[in-house]
Amino acid sequence: MTQQFESWGRFPRVSQTVKTIRWRHEILPLDNKSNILPYGLGRSYGDVCLNDNGLLLHTRQLNRFISFDEDTGLLRCEAGVSFAEILQHFVPRGWFLPTTPGTKYVTVGGAIANDVHGKNHHRAGTFGQHITQFELVTSDGQRHICSPQNKTEYYNATIGGLGLTGLITWAEFHLRPIHHRAIHQQMVKFANLEDFFQLSAESDEKYEYTMAWVDCLAQGDNVGRGIFFRGNHVAKDQVKELIPNWQPPLVQKLPEVLRTMPINLPSFALNSLTVKAFNFLLYHKQRIPIIEEFVDYEPFFYPLDSILEWKRLYGTNGFLQYQFVVPYEDHQVIRKILQTIAKSGLSSFLAVLKTFGELESPGLLSFPRKGVTLALDFPIKGEKTFLLLEQLDDMVQEAGGAVYPCKDARLSPRHFKAYYPQWEEFAQYTDSRFSSSFWRRVTRNVT
Amino acid sequence: MQKVLIFGATSAIAQATAKYFAHDGCHLFLVGRDTDKLQMVADDLRVHGAEQVDYVVQDLNEFSKHDLLIEQAEQDMQGIDAVLIAHGTLDSQQECQDNYAATEQTLRNNFLSIVSLLTPLANYFEQQRHGCIAVISSVAGDRGRQSNYIYGAAKGGLSVFLQGLRNRLAASHVCVLTVKPGLVDTPMTRDFKKGALWSTPEQVGRGIYQAMKKRKNEVYLPSFWWVIMKIIKSIPESIFKRLKL
Ligand SMILES: Cc1cc2nc3c(=O)[nH]c(=O)nc-3n(C[C@H](O)[C@H](O)[C@H](O)COP(=O)(O)OP(=O)(O)OC[C@H]3O[C@@H](n4cnc5c(N)ncnc54)[C@H](O)[C@@H]3O)c2cc1C
Ligand SMILES: NC(=O)c1ccc[n+]([C@@H]2O[C@H](COP(=O)([O-])OP(=O)(O)OC[C@H]3O[C@@H](n4cnc5c(N)ncnc54)[C@H](OP(=O)(O)O)[C@@H]3O)[C@@H](O)[C@H]2O)c1
Repeated sequence: MTQQFESWGRFPRVSQTVKTIRWRHEILPLDNKSNILPYGLGRSYGDVCLNDNGLLLHTRQLNRFISFDEDTGLLRCEAGVSFAEILQHFVPRGWFLPTTPGTKYVTVGGAIANDVHGKNHHRAGTFGQHITQFELVTSDGQRHICSPQNKTEYYNATIGGLGLTGLITWAEFHLRPIHHRAIHQQMVKFANLEDFFQLSAESDEKYEYTMAWVDCLAQGDNVGRGIFFRGNHVAKDQVKELIPNWQPPLVQKLPEVLRTMPINLPSFALNSLTVKAFNFLLYHKQRIPIIEEFVDYEPFFYPLDSILEWKRLYGTNGFLQYQFVVPYEDHQVIRKILQTIAKSGLSSFLAVLKTFGELESPGLLSFPRKGVTLALDFPIKGEKTFLLLEQLDDMVQEAGGAVYPCKDARLSPRHFKAYYPQWEEFAQYTDSRFSSSFWRRVTRNVT
Repeated sequence: MQKVLIFGATSAIAQATAKYFAHDGCHLFLVGRDTDKLQMVADDLRVHGAEQVDYVVQDLNEFSKHDLLIEQAEQDMQGIDAVLIAHGTLDSQQECQDNYAATEQTLRNNFLSIVSLLTPLANYFEQQRHGCIAVISSVAGDRGRQSNYIYGAAKGGLSVFLQGLRNRLAASHVCVLTVKPGLVDTPMTRDFKKGALWSTPEQVGRGIYQAMKKRKNEVYLPSFWWVIMKIIKSIPESIFKRLKL
């Protein structure tokens, strides 16, 4: 079946004309009036990948590798290549991505344009930080090779630039060597937020990958309880323990039809009761404080990818995801926000908590910054959902934090401009023919 | 299948198929008519693991070059284990109806050029007594319809030609595979409105690779097209001729 051009949250619904680009030397398929926006795999939750009444440029057919240096791990590939394709090809040869988001179904171009982060942000920074160079094609037909040394302004604006500076046709970055496809993982149960911060502080040094699942419906003393995941790639001397019989998880071998969410669930399926039960079970399933094991990289990094099209869980109404970062000096902010969410009862299915490290991305409009970040889903339950999120926007702003554009479908211009005061400087580098539903929304003049 | 020769190597479907051969570490010899595109495809296949990738730029409508082309592939790779013929054009039916020259061109692109290639290739494989010849035909060749019967006739002729060739080469243990894709989202179908019956070149490419490995005779890709075509072929001509298809 052919793909639908929607965002992962399936909200908002827009109408747009889709054009496909198949070769990196092609000229952009512009007409005389509409503006255009590149589209990767549509894993952005909101409208950064949508262009209502405009052209959408489908980039997935730019899916060729260009070169790979076996000695240094330097990979050059077209921008529509997916992380899944890179992993499939390079993990068996002992290479891994420098960093990866929680799904492998993203394109290199999309990962640059949102400057995505992963569980190793405290070590590796964002994906954009690893890009040694890329080609940017602008609507005037020019091709710019951008790097930290060359056309630096465009390099900085395009990383985290939400597809607004032009089309990235190819990019280059280093893969990192690994000894084995498995991850040495620990799952640590924690009772509250204080414990989370302590675990985080002690883990960031010893573990490359850290993040936590939080029961965001727990109240009172239990606020912020959850399970902390930390892990490292298997070390050379551990490989012997695993070989000869390591098997990638079975689910990956099932045919796609069996792994695909076949239908949209009715919207009542995910009411707060079912979610409460789900959260409770996940938390209490783990009976001992620490579980230590070897797991395959697939379930470790991409637990949700084992059900393709899981967005259909939320029905056709769609859902919103909310991700923000706030400085972590003051733990009270996060606590207050978690309490507000729990009180609202507007159930969130998954809440992920992680600390961002010091490493700063060159991206002008990048989201990650030192602090603690929380990401959660909200089924759309009408006005009250939007009101709650506005309330959270204010709390985040007051704390000096920011909301992640890649997850957003509803932020007001006022909040966006407060989180990203550099937006006007960024706007100088946007291409006059490139635009998105998101960009028009957050930069519109409100009187 | 260590040495694979591909005609129309820049076709979306051929590229998707070639990645699998590259992954297996094959030596690939590509033929296409656009240097830039061939270069990009060759680079991709090298990173994907091909042992070696060579290419030649050749418009396949120059039939007189075919013998030489095959000789060169055979010499460069020191043998040929498998061939994939993927080039083709979907020309305007209206233009073909208006003008025989356009019809002839469609027949040359989609039928005669392939017959010309397969004449020396069939002899080569017959002598070698092993190998696989895969050719992309189409479901359009299964039954003539007013909207594209010229292209359909070329593909239908091709399918019959391949049947006969398979029959002839069976004695030499050479596999002849007829590939019949349904509706695939590629440059060829750029201007069509896409719906639920459409598939991606990646799906079809995987199907071709698997069918070649299994030495199949004929495949519909994706396989549900077998059912659709079964139904379409079973409609009596007296009714079929009145349908708007
Ligand atoms: C289950 C799940 C887990 C996730 N986990 C994380 C996470 O841990 N961390 C994180 O940071 N994100 C996460 N995300 C979000 C995801 O990583 C980003 O949305 C990513 O950018 C999606 O890539 P895509 O190829 O689908 O791009 P799209 O969503 O299609 O597009 C994203 C943006 O990139 C632009 N773009 C795409 N291609 C190009 C190009 N060639 N040139 C210029 N601009 C381009 C688009 O215009 C758009 O602005 C997650 C998403 C899901 C569904
Ligand atoms: N797409 C479908 O729905 C569909 C359905 C059934 C069957 N098919 C068949 O599948 C095959 C592959 O097509 P596709 O869908 O992958 O479309 P495609 O990408 O447009 O491929 C067609 C290829 O044929 C090449 N070609 C055409 N004439 C040529 C010539 N004279 N000399 C050399 N090369 C020539 C083109 O070269 P350039 O790249 O230089 O243009 C192009 O690479 C074709 O045989 C087609 O008939 C397609």
